[in-house]
Amino acid sequence: MLFHRRDFVARTLAELTEALQRAVFTHRYARLPGLLQRIDPRAKLVTLMVFLIGAGMAHRMETLLGLYVFSLFLAIVSRVPLGFFLKRVWFFIPIFAGIIAIPAIFNVITPGRPVLTIFRFSDPISLLGLVHIPQEITITQQGLKGASLFVIRVADSVSLAVLLVLTTEWMRLLSALSAFRFPRMGILMLAMTYRYIFLFLRVAEEMFLARRSRTVGHTPAREKRRWIAGGTAFLLNRSYNLGNEVYLAMLSRGWNGKARILEELRLGWLDALWVAFSILILIAIVFSEKGLI
Amino acid sequence: MTEEPVFELKNVGYSYMDGLTALDDISLQVMPGQRVVILGVNGSGKSTLIKIMDGLYFPTTGECKAFGVPLTERQFRDEEFAFSFRRKVGLLFQDPDVQLFSPTVWNEVAFAPLQLGLPEDEIKQRVENALETMGIWHLRERAPYQLSEGEKKKVALASLLSLDPQIWLMDEPTANLDPRTQGWVIDFLLSLADRGKTLVLAIHELEVAQIVAQKIYVLGEDHRMAAQGGPDEILGDDDLLTQANLMHIHRHFHGGDAHRHPHVHKHDHHG
Repeated sequence: MLFHRRDFVARTLAELTEALQRAVFTHRYARLPGLLQRIDPRAKLVTLMVFLIGAGMAHRMETLLGLYVFSLFLAIVSRVPLGFFLKRVWFFIPIFAGIIAIPAIFNVITPGRPVLTIFRFSDPISLLGLVHIPQEITITQQGLKGASLFVIRVADSVSLAVLLVLTTEWMRLLSALSAFRFPRMGILMLAMTYRYIFLFLRVAEEMFLARRSRTVGHTPAREKRRWIAGGTAFLLNRSYNLGNEVYLAMLSRGWNGKARILEELRLGWLDALWVAFSILILIAIVFSEKGLI
Repeated sequence: MTEEPVFELKNVGYSYMDGLTALDDISLQVMPGQRVVILGVNGSGKSTLIKIMDGLYFPTTGECKAFGVPLTERQFRDEEFAFSFRRKVGLLFQDPDVQLFSPTVWNEVAFAPLQLGLPEDEIKQRVENALETMGIWHLRERAPYQLSEGEKKKVALASLLSLDPQIWLMDEPTANLDPRTQGWVIDFLLSLADRGKTLVLAIHELEVAQIVAQKIYVLGEDHRMAAQGGPDEILGDDDLLTQANLMHIHRHFHGGDAHRHPHVHKHDHHG
């Protein structure tokens, strides 16, 4: 769909819808004959938790980088194209981790050995005696290290979670959550969100298209803002009704909060091996952190 | 021995949370194997009525019984009852988009029999049969969002066919479809009737009512029951249909001559 470059909201909506169609609703990778696809979703859930604990406990860059390389290796042996996988992971990291990590690289937050001076005041600044800003704003070595550790830890966690979702069919994943007694309400919300986000985006996109078809010439910014505010209220109301209808449609066909799949989930030797391997990795991380290996 | 109605509604009323009335004093009966049409314009309360019959909404006044049992929230908390009811009664939603929530067509068609705990082999058999009967076998790996409106309607019907309910509740099954798909859906409905299924259709198209109905209930714009009777009796009553806003009069052309007479709008223009 073609949009004028300046029509930011309409373009974002169209791209979001397309991205969702491609990413969320695709389960082509879940059916490929790769390593993770062969593993029972319950075993995958357990190992994801083990790896996440590992990533949370690790404070050495080598360990966290090792875990990241391991996630790339898992993507390769599970036949997930590396380009697609990297894009999916690194799209979110600047948004979620970057915002938190960037301030931490400066000496205002993390004092330490200066690497690069960004700005110099004539005198140090003190605000009400509570906040002290040094005379020089610098990027510190300690700040860089802390921020990199944080970013790579997030990258590890996101990579592993993305791999789980990419290599597991949605209903099998919900079924695994059911098996672990994940609250039914939570599963219901996940199941509905899956379908509902897409419907919601489509409604929003159509609203913008309908407006464009009735707009000639330039609309003042104030008028645009007013329209967006009105549109948001309409969407909120519409989304509530849509959500309700989707829920009723699920209820009508026997949904009772428990996700069911056709093949019974069966744990095999590969699953046991996979869980044992992940626990070994966790033990290795603990020993490595204590400097024992 | 007289047959027991599958649905029996007595003085049913329904109001939304904001106090808006959707239904007022509705009484009706549906007998096993009967083809019942609920006729009404948009906003008359047809969809609400059909959702009450599917145990999704519960009357604010009056009583709705299915198979002799009052449909209440408490009744549906009994999982055994809920399972048995959902196996026997299927509902086709007006907007197929809300009904199709699974990743692929195959998953969608398998959803209801899976949820209702049918054996694995039977589920596979039913899904394959439903996809073939609907002529959508080639779409089985597609995601519902990739389908046309007509294809979505067929998938929604297939997702009920795989459940093979005894009672089919349908909210506007022929609305927004091209003429060929609409004709196909009507044929499909009649084939269900041939198999002894009970059909309850909420529609506003008089032509469809003429073809399908054995009994018609007309909902008025005041959300009350305006009339009930056989198709000839109801569809022959122009005053009733005009009053219920299902038929209207305005100027139009016949071979160049403008004139007025009561008619309904559909793709072929004259009703």
